[in-house]
Amino acid sequence: MMPAVNAADIAPMPYAWEIRATGLKVRAGRKRMAVDGLDLSLGTGVHGVLGPNGAGKTTLVRALATVLRPAEGTLELLGESVGGMGEHRALRRRIGYLPQEFGYYKRFTVREFVEYMAWLKEVPKADIPAAVQRAVERVGLADRADERMKALSGGAWCGGWASLRPSSTTRRSCCWTSRRPASTRRSGCGSGSCCSSWVRTPVWSCRPIWWRTCHLVEDVAAACTDVVLFAEGRLVFQGLPDELASVGGPEHEGDSPLERGYSAMLRGPGQGRGTW
Amino acid sequence: MSVEHASMRIIDGYARGDTDIAADEVWALEAHLEACGVCRDRLSAAVGAEAPAVAALVDTVWSGLEPELAATAMMPSRRRWSARLSRWMTPVMVPWLAMAMGVTLIALLLDVVGSGSHDVSLVLLLAPVLPVLGVAASWSRGLDPAYELTASAPRAGLYLVLRRTTSVLAVVVPALLVGGWATGVTAAQWLLPCLAFTSTTLAFGGVVGVTRAAVSLVVVWAAVVVVPTLAASRTTFALQTGALPVWGLILALGIGVVIARGGAYSVLGAHR
Repeated sequence: MMPAVNAADIAPMPYAWEIRATGLKVRAGRKRMAVDGLDLSLGTGVHGVLGPNGAGKTTLVRALATVLRPAEGTLELLGESVGGMGEHRALRRRIGYLPQEFGYYKRFTVREFVEYMAWLKEVPKADIPAAVQRAVERVGLADRADERMKALSGGAWCGGWASLRPSSTTRRSCCWTSRRPASTRRSGCGSGSCCSSWVRTPVWSCRPIWWRTCHLVEDVAAACTDVVLFAEGRLVFQGLPDELASVGGPEHEGDSPLERGYSAMLRGPGQGRGTW
Repeated sequence: MSVEHASMRIIDGYARGDTDIAADEVWALEAHLEACGVCRDRLSAAVGAEAPAVAALVDTVWSGLEPELAATAMMPSRRRWSARLSRWMTPVMVPWLAMAMGVTLIALLLDVVGSGSHDVSLVLLLAPVLPVLGVAASWSRGLDPAYELTASAPRAGLYLVLRRTTSVLAVVVPALLVGGWATGVTAAQWLLPCLAFTSTTLAFGGVVGVTRAAVSLVVVWAAVVVVPTLAASRTTFALQTGALPVWGLILALGIGVVIARGGAYSVLGAHR
């Protein structure tokens, strides 16, 4: 019997923000500073990160997953400062991360792969079978858990990840890479896939932090409580989806208020910098 | 653990569905029933005696479910060995290890067949770089599809690198041992360079990425030792017993650097 609430869930929080970055700079590759002086504070909630191609979204999320370390500035995750060359094992145990390029071993069955991930995640040995079963059931793959990963269709994957998404209204489709509506392509949203990267606490936690880079402006309105707009490694806008929508006017590009707000925020500062 | 059990009065009332049991008593009873098999047995007996309607309902549901349960496939027995093996090596390392074994075998054959034409043992020449191939494959961005998932896990880092390196050595070293024994080369002569190369790969790997480090070391080895040796047909100083202290020093240095820079293996940079 698994208790619904454990001691860790009701322990007092010794920090104000789950994610707090001040003057954060993170390198992508050797030279390019993909995140360039970011000040950002995020609490509990579903935060959608939007921005054009190369804005540094993926790099930021990698820094939040502690697989890239800050070049300058400070980054605090769940009250723990991330930096230097420490392994941050205790912190990593509390964060979930789904990378943009999600690869898997084709020969593994679904159950074996999730078990392997649970082992990597340092889930206590006795809890692994139950945790794996819960995870597999949650993504609706319980009846196919003992099939090889390569036998799963793209649809099964998408169905799996879609059922993990926070709100039922966003459960339409996850395969936006292949059939992305023309409007999103025009509005300057980056390439790649929707729900490409997100950091969150494990499924069995009561204090979820959803964190994902998303390219579909419209999707954000439905799924997220908070929008973070990001361009050239810096914060452009942070607020509610409605606030972003109210910025846009009829003169801005886009098919919906939110897309027009997105264009307005990105065109505004971008043009000023582009003139000289 | 306390061995106090619920009274028969409460259990009978609970089975009958009485409404006069206080709410806190119901909570306490249900919490106790979850943990206590004895009281669950007493409850099921009480249900049979006190509430025949409930018992009949349970029987009906059970008889309806039974044929479906019989038809449900059992969970296949888990392939335990593969689950345990994956903690030591990723599936993508297997072909590389097989290749390392194959190369050892070919070098051994060439040594045995062509022992008259060359004074140099091919096994001895290849021994230092063979495990490096496996180590490169174990921590590579291009070969391992799940490298980023792995890198973000708490178990990633020095611990996992050493674990995978150990499994590479566990496969390669016995193969070399057989090869060395067959060609009459002393174990220390190839084992020390072999370990020294492995530790140096890991040491450089923390800085430039394990795969890059492995490739550059193999290139350096080929250029500095293998080509001149084959050209001159004479075992170089590097592989003679006189060079063993140097290899020992390199091994110690490599291990020292790996330990000192242990945190470097938990970031994406080490996967290059």
